[in-house]
Amino acid sequence: MRLPLSWLRELTPVELATDELTEVFAGLGLEVEGVDAVGASYEGIVTARVVETAPHPDAERIQLVRVDRGDGQVLQVCCGAFNMAPGDIVPLATVGTTMPDGMEIVAREMRGEMSNGMLCSARELGLGDDHSGIMLMDPATPLGAEVAEVLGIGPDVVFDLDVLPNRPDALSVLGVARDLAARLGLPLRRPEPRPVESGDDASSMVSVEIIDPGLCGRFLVRVLSDVAGGRTPGWMAQRLTAAGMRPISPVVDVSNYVMLELGQPTHTYDLAAVRGGCLRIRRAAPGERLETLDGVVRTLGSRDGVITDGDDVPVGIAGVMGGASTEISAGTTDIILEAAWWNPMDIAVSSASLNLHSEASLRFKRGVDPGLAPLASGRFAELLAEINGATLHPGEVEDLGELPRSEPFLVRTDRVNMILGTDLDVREVSALITPLGFGAEPAGADLQVEVPGWRPDCSGEVDIIEEVGRHYGLERITKTTPRSPVAGALTATQRRRRRIRAAFMGAGLSEAMPMPFLAPGDLERCGLDPGGLRVANPLAAEESVLRTSPMPGLLAAVAYNAARRIPDVRLFEVSRLFGPGELVVDRDRSAELDRVLTGEAEFAAAVLAGGDSTEAVELLEVVLAAAGVGPLALHAEELPGLHPGRSASVEVAGLTLGAVGEIHPEVAAAHDIDQRLGWLQLDLDALMRLPETVVRVAPVSRYPSTDVDLAFVVDERVPAAAVAATIHTTGGELVTGVELFDVFRSESLGPGRKSLAHRIRFCAPDRTLTDGEVGELRTAIIDAVESTHGASLRG
Amino acid sequence: MTEPSDELRDLVDRGLARIAEAGSVEAVDSLDAELLGKRSRLTEMRAALREAAPETRRELGQALNAARTCLSDAIERRRGEMSAERRRVELLSETRDLTEALGRASIGHAHPVTLTWERLEDTFVGMGFAVEDGPEIETDWFNFEALNLPVAHPARSLWDTLYVDTSGAQAVGAEEVLLRTHTSPVQIRTMLRAVKHRTGPPIYAVCPGRVYRRDTADATHLPVFHQIEGLVVDRGISMGDLAGSIEEFTKAYFGATVTSRLRPSYFPFTEPSAEMDVSQPDGSWLEIGGCGMVHPNVLVHCGLDPEEWSGFAFGFGIDRLAKIRHGISDLRDLVTNDMRFLEQF
Repeated sequence: MRLPLSWLRELTPVELATDELTEVFAGLGLEVEGVDAVGASYEGIVTARVVETAPHPDAERIQLVRVDRGDGQVLQVCCGAFNMAPGDIVPLATVGTTMPDGMEIVAREMRGEMSNGMLCSARELGLGDDHSGIMLMDPATPLGAEVAEVLGIGPDVVFDLDVLPNRPDALSVLGVARDLAARLGLPLRRPEPRPVESGDDASSMVSVEIIDPGLCGRFLVRVLSDVAGGRTPGWMAQRLTAAGMRPISPVVDVSNYVMLELGQPTHTYDLAAVRGGCLRIRRAAPGERLETLDGVVRTLGSRDGVITDGDDVPVGIAGVMGGASTEISAGTTDIILEAAWWNPMDIAVSSASLNLHSEASLRFKRGVDPGLAPLASGRFAELLAEINGATLHPGEVEDLGELPRSEPFLVRTDRVNMILGTDLDVREVSALITPLGFGAEPAGADLQVEVPGWRPDCSGEVDIIEEVGRHYGLERITKTTPRSPVAGALTATQRRRRRIRAAFMGAGLSEAMPMPFLAPGDLERCGLDPGGLRVANPLAAEESVLRTSPMPGLLAAVAYNAARRIPDVRLFEVSRLFGPGELVVDRDRSAELDRVLTGEAEFAAAVLAGGDSTEAVELLEVVLAAAGVGPLALHAEELPGLHPGRSASVEVAGLTLGAVGEIHPEVAAAHDIDQRLGWLQLDLDALMRLPETVVRVAPVSRYPSTDVDLAFVVDERVPAAAVAATIHTTGGELVTGVELFDVFRSESLGPGRKSLAHRIRFCAPDRTLTDGEVGELRTAIIDAVESTHGASLRG
Repeated sequence: MTEPSDELRDLVDRGLARIAEAGSVEAVDSLDAELLGKRSRLTEMRAALREAAPETRRELGQALNAARTCLSDAIERRRGEMSAERRRVELLSETRDLTEALGRASIGHAHPVTLTWERLEDTFVGMGFAVEDGPEIETDWFNFEALNLPVAHPARSLWDTLYVDTSGAQAVGAEEVLLRTHTSPVQIRTMLRAVKHRTGPPIYAVCPGRVYRRDTADATHLPVFHQIEGLVVDRGISMGDLAGSIEEFTKAYFGATVTSRLRPSYFPFTEPSAEMDVSQPDGSWLEIGGCGMVHPNVLVHCGLDPEEWSGFAFGFGIDRLAKIRHGISDLRDLVTNDMRFLEQF
């Protein structure tokens, strides 16, 4: 809401400086988003009459205009506009004038002809955006007068207020003035129009009928005659412009002015175009069509309301926009003026479904004061009469539908103090809300409160408590601190998640945070199943798929950096994905289900550009150790998106926790990455289900240990971990360490064979092992590995 | 003729001086032989002791022993020094420029959002809050309706919502499934869980998490960002408690000299509602988020009697706080994953 200060001051005598007023507005919840100075200075711009016009001898696009500013002297001005004729009164910026935009007017020669000033357009005076020609003023205007004085314009300050949805009253100058007056203890001067009535009674000229009372609560019309002609006064044009509206014609401008001032939108019909002088309100029939004021033919549905004429033909969309067929034209003499109250929900739905948003629909959907129609129509008639002598026919013609009923309710003083943390008595509470228009009848220590029509947002005690707090001043409430009886602590899962992050960082990886949206095709490019939830209303196709895997995001990050000559990036991410699953709605609202999509899952993933599967496995061990789970088993597996010979699933305690290995080189290539990419992905939901190992210490042996080196030649398909497991099983507790210190492949070993060299450490908890014992263990291990894995001891 | 004791003193003094000057282990070794060996003057004097007068023999013997010990200790010390020096010279041949190793470590960097997120969690944990969590895919009921935003509520337009395409999901029925527009549904889940399991109220919890809006990414907006939500429900909780808790948080998070204020505002799920501002060094105020007293309708939706319980809630943007703290001018840097950005943290 753009609010000119001069207008505000008309309704309440506020004298604060701009910055003080800004603070007061903020304290009232009307945040000031901007303050503009308008109409800076008009000094030196005077009225002048056009004496004659003549073509410029040497320029086609300007003409010579000779004007008289009342001193009998004729001044020549070169002018780029051609809309004036001798006798017209125009604004002349005389030599020495500084224009509102800072330009200085000097006498100068234009292609050989002197120009002694400048004739002004409406826009140059800050009155709307009309720059099509010079502003033509009332022929009765005296010459040589300061234009600012004649038009009633001058410097003004405009506050741009952020009006929140719960404050429909603040969408008007009156509403803001009321709030301000209450806060500052100032009187509120509500307009009290006293339009003169004459002619036939309106009820003999028009009739109205509400057919759908749920849609329209009040439909009040008045009839005005002799509405043609006149020009919108400068002060009104300036205020409308400052408020962000465009001056158009007296009837339209007065309608907008009344809406901005009081908050009641009005609509005008050309009486001659309304068949039968009859207006009815009903729901639109599905498919019914209507050309609106903006020249668009719109197809309506049953969610829309319409105003129809005597032939049941729609002439307007209820509360949203009028129809073209009854629009006021230059030849219109008689009009029907409508001031209505529409059901806010209906207007919200209608304007949303038509995607048609107007200043009127904004106010109707937030809620207009149902009592405002007589005042607004009177104000309209009064203002228009001032401008062009329009006459108002006696009588309001009105039909009523269902209006919101507001019963008084109890506001308990104790409750006010309990919620706000204040110590107010009932008189103080009453004194804070009655200036806002609330009725407050004492009821013991409490108040029986009645809500005025302009505060539809207030329907219960808590709404009044908010008003008390707002006008008492939130800054005056004493700050207290409740003591939590809860011992603040992270949960085991939250601590574990932090340790996992720390482990990745300790291993030299940086944390990435790609967007969880994907473009169609991103998953396929990773060799993954293209399934996954779609966003129903994405803004862009690149954000239309919810990721089922962290792979596209992390590979895109690697590719982004590689393209900027930053190779070898090592990134991890701990976040959520939206994997395959059911959508389950928690119908009994128990919150027992902690997921709506069962596949929404937390993961940890890492990519090592320039790293390989070996590094990825080392990283896996670091991370699992930090998470406190183990021991882990790897199962060689061909997994989507991963290198078929260098990937494995990760298992701990029978649960599959994820995958480790390398990205498939073709997937890397599809992302323009020409490095090997180590890859790790863990299902954190599964991991978090594993109990954290609580360490029970095994005593450290005091006796010396013995190392034995054994190299076994085995088939390539035998996993090293299987050989190590056999060594452990065979040696039992006496084997305290198995280190695979060398892997050797050579033609001499035979095709498809490899040598695994282990250093095995033997140690007993209670004695020094004898050479004999170690020898026996060695033999047993060799036998077991040879027989279990088809191995042979390498000599 | 000089007295033997004089000669001995002279012998020791000169010996010590020469030991101190010995410049290598070899020099010390030859001095050792010369001063203490079989043909040394000391050995000779020891041999001559037998001929000394009995009354002086004992005294002279002790002096001889003392002289020998003194020289022998000095030789050992000097030998140790020279041997250490020799080892030092040897090791100097292995000299390395340690600065060559600088800048080679692979250092992991935390994301600025995580840094801020964890800092916030730690601050609130210190204030006695638990940390709660909820799903990012939500239903209309949890995201809006339970928060006092019934269908077609005009204030719903404050949130540009991304909906999930549920065609083909029979279980959903008529209910809209969406990407949560704020962390506030976690409030609802926290209250419902507490009531169901009789673990609360009192509830003191914060809910950090990722949220979504139908917004085009630019320097100040992201369609995906992070919020932290706070919720307190207890007996007798007032707006003063809200203001005091925000003040406590402000001091703990921004510093002891920073103060906070509340300004009236509007949110459907709280009433009274307010914006929270924190003071800036230049005296201006910086808006950090919204807050208010939990609306009675919200408590009722969660099975709590508003006459018995009251509470407050607050929420603010984690990314925005990270932006302020680290001087990030373009929020898109948070999701681009450019190493030149990430490695600064």
